[in-house]
Amino acid sequence: MNIHEYQAKQLFSDAGVAVPKGTVAQSEHEFDQALSGLQTGKALVVKAQIHAGGRGKGTFKNGYRGGVHLVSSTDEALEKARAMLGNVLVTKQTGEEGKEVRTIYFNEATDIEKEYYLAVLMDRATSKPVIIASTEGGMDIEEVAESTPEKILKVSVDPTLGLRPYQARQIAFGLELSGDSFKQCVKLLTKLYDFFWSKDCSQVEVNPLVTTPSGEVLALDAKVNFDANALFRHPDVVELRDLSEEDPKEVEASKFDLNYIALDGNVACMVNGAGLAMATMDIIKHYGGSPANFLDVGGGANEEQVENAFRILVSDDAVKAILVNIFGGIMKCDVIATGIVNAARKLDMKVPLVVRLEGTNVEAGKQILADSGLALEPADSLAEAAEKVVQLAAQA
Amino acid sequence: MSVLVDKDTRLVVQGITGSAGSFHTTQCMEYGTNVVAGVTPGKGGQKFRDSVPVFDTVQEAVDKEGANVAALYVPPPFAGDSILEAIDAEIPLIIAITEGIPVRDMAEVKACLDASDSRLIGPNCPGIITPGECKIGIMPGYIHKPGKVGIVSRSGTLTYEAVWQITCAGHGQSTCIGIGGDPINGTSHLDAVQLFNEDPDTEAIILIGEIGGSAEEEAAAFIKENVDKPCAAFIAGRTAPPGRRMGHAGAIVSGGKGTAEAKVEALLDAGISVAETPSHIAEALFKVWDA
Repeated sequence: MNIHEYQAKQLFSDAGVAVPKGTVAQSEHEFDQALSGLQTGKALVVKAQIHAGGRGKGTFKNGYRGGVHLVSSTDEALEKARAMLGNVLVTKQTGEEGKEVRTIYFNEATDIEKEYYLAVLMDRATSKPVIIASTEGGMDIEEVAESTPEKILKVSVDPTLGLRPYQARQIAFGLELSGDSFKQCVKLLTKLYDFFWSKDCSQVEVNPLVTTPSGEVLALDAKVNFDANALFRHPDVVELRDLSEEDPKEVEASKFDLNYIALDGNVACMVNGAGLAMATMDIIKHYGGSPANFLDVGGGANEEQVENAFRILVSDDAVKAILVNIFGGIMKCDVIATGIVNAARKLDMKVPLVVRLEGTNVEAGKQILADSGLALEPADSLAEAAEKVVQLAAQA
Repeated sequence: MSVLVDKDTRLVVQGITGSAGSFHTTQCMEYGTNVVAGVTPGKGGQKFRDSVPVFDTVQEAVDKEGANVAALYVPPPFAGDSILEAIDAEIPLIIAITEGIPVRDMAEVKACLDASDSRLIGPNCPGIITPGECKIGIMPGYIHKPGKVGIVSRSGTLTYEAVWQITCAGHGQSTCIGIGGDPINGTSHLDAVQLFNEDPDTEAIILIGEIGGSAEEEAAAFIKENVDKPCAAFIAGRTAPPGRRMGHAGAIVSGGKGTAEAKVEALLDAGISVAETPSHIAEALFKVWDA
């Protein structure tokens, strides 16, 4: 689960990680109040809040350039904020449809001496948290790792011991810090790791982390992702979820415990099991089609879930044909077939449907489909089903 | 012959009285699995299906019934703790079916596991089956047939697909190991391939992987250097968009790492027969295995 920068910085601040002072506004009449909370006469940074990176270099759909602006007066800050709020920002991460800016974040500008990179994430190769730091802050860290790997510091943390003081010092020394900024960096690392661990984050990224001429160490940006499996123990984090940042079809699917991801093709699919669902997308592509979604209905889907899954699939206007691929194990094919028939009748589905059933009670399942009188295309193998559905989508 | 589980396995089921635990344990018993005990804290003294003793702790199941394999159907918030309990009771093989365990809990489990002699399979997996002898997990038993193909996979239904293709072609499986779809798991593709390579009755190996991480590449490197048995593979997720988790917590391409292309390339480089589609997994094996 992702959150906005302003939410991440509030969490940082609560956890004792130093951030610049900032305020937010979600409508024009909140601008004045938001700005009054910041020091006047100093430079400010005005930031559009969306769940995507590359905001600074993004362009709004109305032609206005840049989602992050450094300004020298509150008048200028107001002008930038008005230009951004309510408009759609397109960045390299949003896709061409972009995202509407619903929140503006005002920050007091920071005197920067030097920029650094800092991240804590779960390293699946070692099954341990790892801290990644670099003197090359403000840059694309993947490019730094590619071109100058010697500038990337990595410290692996034993999950049962936590981050030890010598490890925090190792990183601060590695960043060539000294004096006050060394001490502050060690403190910040400890607090940031504690935050990462206690809140079940999957990744915390600070780019850039900065030092100021007076020796302060601050997180100038904050990107936080949470482990979705652990949200049950963090109701405070769940409250930060911004549904307007997510695909409405995905939000709807999550209400019924359906694992759905929207894609831009025209062949929809409904599958049991994540691996088989991915493989079904792949085979659609293999036969020249383009998948409209990923959908895993899980191992024990009931009739209600099947019906809701169909409803979500057909709500996508781009969908020209649907492939149902079920390998019934514990889930019985006759039960699934009944669910499909009932859902198709209830929703009065017009989109052509190819159904491939295999596994427990498969013959009974096929009989139910055949007896239904619905215009379903049965298929005996996944390859046959994929070929058929791609053809049907092309004809539609 | 087989790897890890067989007719001599003495299984204890953690979470045996829950809905998933009791349903799947019944299925496993009907298949012939030797279930010797169940564990549900607070329900010690009961009998499951009038025959299997239920204990409060795993240690009691070991002491009183000689359990040597544990299967877990414990809900995610408590599953990490249940695995730790099984490790503490020195159970040699622990199979965690549970999906949705927090990664932090698994990081702690993995650290304890590395310091122990126990092996973990899963979590978030269908389990393990040696056809005709022992089924532990949620896979449909009847699609399997005793035979000579060892199968290791991160996905449940995709494994059934491969198993069914082998069975329909008149062959069978030595053991099928579902290692699970989570980013932190107990047994890797590499571990399973090593086991199959050493098993005299496994003649051929099928490896089913998916996007995310580098476990398939590590197995490929091992196969290239050490394995003479015929191997086939399939990788799911060629069409998955980068940066999105595809159902499984571990199935994600991030920062350009863990792509299907890189995995397929590593497998081909190791001389492994890679199936183009999930419908052609058995066919890919028969290209290199003269069964």
